[in-house]
Amino acid sequence: MNKQSFSGTGQLIRFYLKADRIRITAWILSLMALTSVTAWSLDGLYSSDAERQAMATTMENPAMTAMVGPAYGIENYHTGAMTAHQMLLFTAILVAVMAILHVSRHTRGDEEDGKMEMLGALPVGRLASLTASMSVMVMSQVILALGIAVSLAVLSIPSLPVSSSILYGAALGATGIFFGTLTAVFAQLADSARGTTGLSFLVLGAAYMIRAAGDVNNDTLSWFSPLGWPLKTQVFVDDKWMPLIPLLAGAVVLTLVAFSVMASRDIGTGLIPSRPGRNHARKSLLSPFGLTMHLQKTSIITWGVALLAIGLSYGSVIGDLETFFSSSELLSGAVDQSSGFSLTEQFISMLMSIMSMIAAVPALLFLFKLKGEEKKGRTETVYARAVSRYTLFGSYFLVALIFGTVMMLLAIFGLWSAAAATMEDPISFGSLAKAGLVYVPAIWVMIGFGALLYGFKPGLTGLAWVYLGYAFFAVYLGGLLQFPEWVNRLSPFGFIPEVPMEEINVLTLVLLVLTAGLLAALGFTTYRNRDLAG
Amino acid sequence: MTILQVKGVTKRFGNFKALSGVDFNINKGEVFGFIGPNGAGKSTTIKILLGILKPTSGSATIFGLDAWKNSVEIHKKIAYVPGDANLWPNLTGGEVIDLFLKLRGSFDPVKRDQLIKRFQLDPTKKCRTYSKGNRQKVALVSAFASDAELFILDEPTSGLDPLMEKVFQDCVAEAKQEGKSVLLSSHILSEVERLCDRVGIIRQGTIIETGSLTELRHLTRTNLIAETKKPMPALANMPGVHNLQSVDNGVSFQVDTETMDAVMKLISSAGVIRLESTPPTLEDLFMRHYETKGSDAV
Ligand SMILES: Nc1ncnc2c1ncn2[C@@H]1O[C@H](COP(=O)(O)OP(=O)(O)O)[C@@H](O)[C@H]1O
Ligand SMILES: [Mg+2]
Repeated sequence: MNKQSFSGTGQLIRFYLKADRIRITAWILSLMALTSVTAWSLDGLYSSDAERQAMATTMENPAMTAMVGPAYGIENYHTGAMTAHQMLLFTAILVAVMAILHVSRHTRGDEEDGKMEMLGALPVGRLASLTASMSVMVMSQVILALGIAVSLAVLSIPSLPVSSSILYGAALGATGIFFGTLTAVFAQLADSARGTTGLSFLVLGAAYMIRAAGDVNNDTLSWFSPLGWPLKTQVFVDDKWMPLIPLLAGAVVLTLVAFSVMASRDIGTGLIPSRPGRNHARKSLLSPFGLTMHLQKTSIITWGVALLAIGLSYGSVIGDLETFFSSSELLSGAVDQSSGFSLTEQFISMLMSIMSMIAAVPALLFLFKLKGEEKKGRTETVYARAVSRYTLFGSYFLVALIFGTVMMLLAIFGLWSAAAATMEDPISFGSLAKAGLVYVPAIWVMIGFGALLYGFKPGLTGLAWVYLGYAFFAVYLGGLLQFPEWVNRLSPFGFIPEVPMEEINVLTLVLLVLTAGLLAALGFTTYRNRDLAG
Repeated sequence: MTILQVKGVTKRFGNFKALSGVDFNINKGEVFGFIGPNGAGKSTTIKILLGILKPTSGSATIFGLDAWKNSVEIHKKIAYVPGDANLWPNLTGGEVIDLFLKLRGSFDPVKRDQLIKRFQLDPTKKCRTYSKGNRQKVALVSAFASDAELFILDEPTSGLDPLMEKVFQDCVAEAKQEGKSVLLSSHILSEVERLCDRVGIIRQGTIIETGSLTELRHLTRTNLIAETKKPMPALANMPGVHNLQSVDNGVSFQVDTETMDAVMKLISSAGVIRLESTPPTLEDLFMRHYETKGSDAV
């Protein structure tokens, strides 16, 4: 690594900033707004000490601990403690996603598009683009940290002092920087942008799981998860800066690793070398559906394992939950005895709705793989053979439908197996499956909506993610901030009956399936009638 | 018999008019050269023929069927080679060839293996490791191993080395012998000249000439540089000799094809020391086209 390797870095930084200014600004502003609005609403909603203490009691259970992290400052659960407890982990995940997407786009993504080759021919050093994209990532995380601090400090809520708000922002920024550098390493190992993003998300998911397991059992395991560290700051209560040290030290080490690999490898290759393959294709590849399956099988398996793991980890919590409820007099009193449903059962439907939204992510990814194929000019070569638009689009749609459903089944199965292992009086698989599978029509509506967006115009697919994000926050924040019912009803997940508390309304489910079909049919028609990019 | 017909095809991308009123047709058993500089609209025309783009107006038919509406039916009988073959990085060349052949219809497995040998392709390598030329070979093998009746080739030789280009030309010649038709696009005039029965020349989205090469002879002038023992004053007054200039020790000029014989006699009688000829480039041809247009108008 000599000085020449870095020449042109400044120019590239300016180029990336210009290319990404809207994207970065949008991310930062939305995260600032989310933080500010949540803290402000929590402060308004739970205005008396008594109300906040009641909230603290409901929050202090293993299921919540697994989902949002350990509660602290429970004795005096002020707005600061509440905000950090409810929001820090989720915001940290969003910040990590922002950093992962950014770094992946400007390292492996550019390399894949051949932009790197062009840059390589210009007078820029071979490490310049990595340096530039990392610099831009760090810059945007620092701005984000400051922005978040400001967005909390301006509320001038007594329990949100400026110094703590700065720590809150810094914890988020440090998490972003850590995952950004991690992505830079994966960009050297994997040989595609998808692979890079996939590996990074996998580690993010694993970090969440490890932290959940550690936090529930209250042991040192959480110290092995990068998502555990920002929570250890106990911001707004104890304000510890120390836990940010491992995050930043980790980021430095990862940066060094990324640079040393980048310095020694060839552009366009990954570290994993390719072996000679087969001369003839297997029969299973030789159809549009076979090709679709072949291209997605790794991603299907990876997501399958991930959903199973999510189910397992939620399931193990249910067992703990039961013990917790029986030991807590206050909460056992809170159970609506007349309904005949335990709090565990009431929690299950919420877990199912969250798992179904998680399952919708791979379902949409399987469908939108076709967008990537079109962008890379590979659909054109398929359509030049005797393959109709309906057949190929239909193959991707079918894979999304089938494996979206399979993902949900795997999550339910995971939930059931872990619950069965830890509960004294296990819930039957049948009743769990019923509570979970009612969400499948909602997943299908998301797929149908995705098909419509992509069929109409590939550039619109981002709206599907916005919509899914909305659905998630409507459920997640809706309960917390007491949103009116129609907020939830704007997403398909809001129509699903909460089994076993509610009866299965067949008509609603049939209407959802019909909606999915209608959206998809529109998508197919517009896709048949539009120009393809390649 | 006409098997491919493009009639008044216009294509807009937003405000930009990529094609305006493109007309040409290809007869059965014919090799048709489709030439034009980069950005002229060759690939756009071909994508309309493949049903990937929808024409803004006009019609494109192949085997008498509409290229947009009946694309699947048509594609059973055509083979396509793009100028830049985008393949799946995780599949091997062999797998992609099998896939392409199977998705189109029937093919000859023996011919597939022969072609792989002729093009010196290693089919067991993953496509990600292939150079541009090798990716091009994958597309060429899957086209020529098929029993298609019409080959649509969009600048198919980009990235091929001269040896492989020769193999490609042989393949086109063989296809022609078997009575198949070929649409071959290129931005190099000399490449299509050798292979094509007829050519269509496109520029800025408009076909400016179509015809057999002999019909277009009036457009092709050869560039000559000659160095002779004796000077050749007669050259200046010869009809069909253009842009006469003296260069170091000799003269450089352009000759109409019809005048070539007379010019050669004159040069040899002056005693040749050095004689260089370069084929007309596309730019020469355009220049000539607009010159003739100009004189027609007068
Ligand atoms: N999808 C598109 N959107 C906008 N302009 C396009 C698109 N595809 C091609 N063009 C433009 O149309 C013109 C013709 O392109 P093309 O047919 O690819 O040329 P050729 O193949 O002859 O080099 C070019 O100016 C090109 O930039
Ligand atoms: Mg082209």
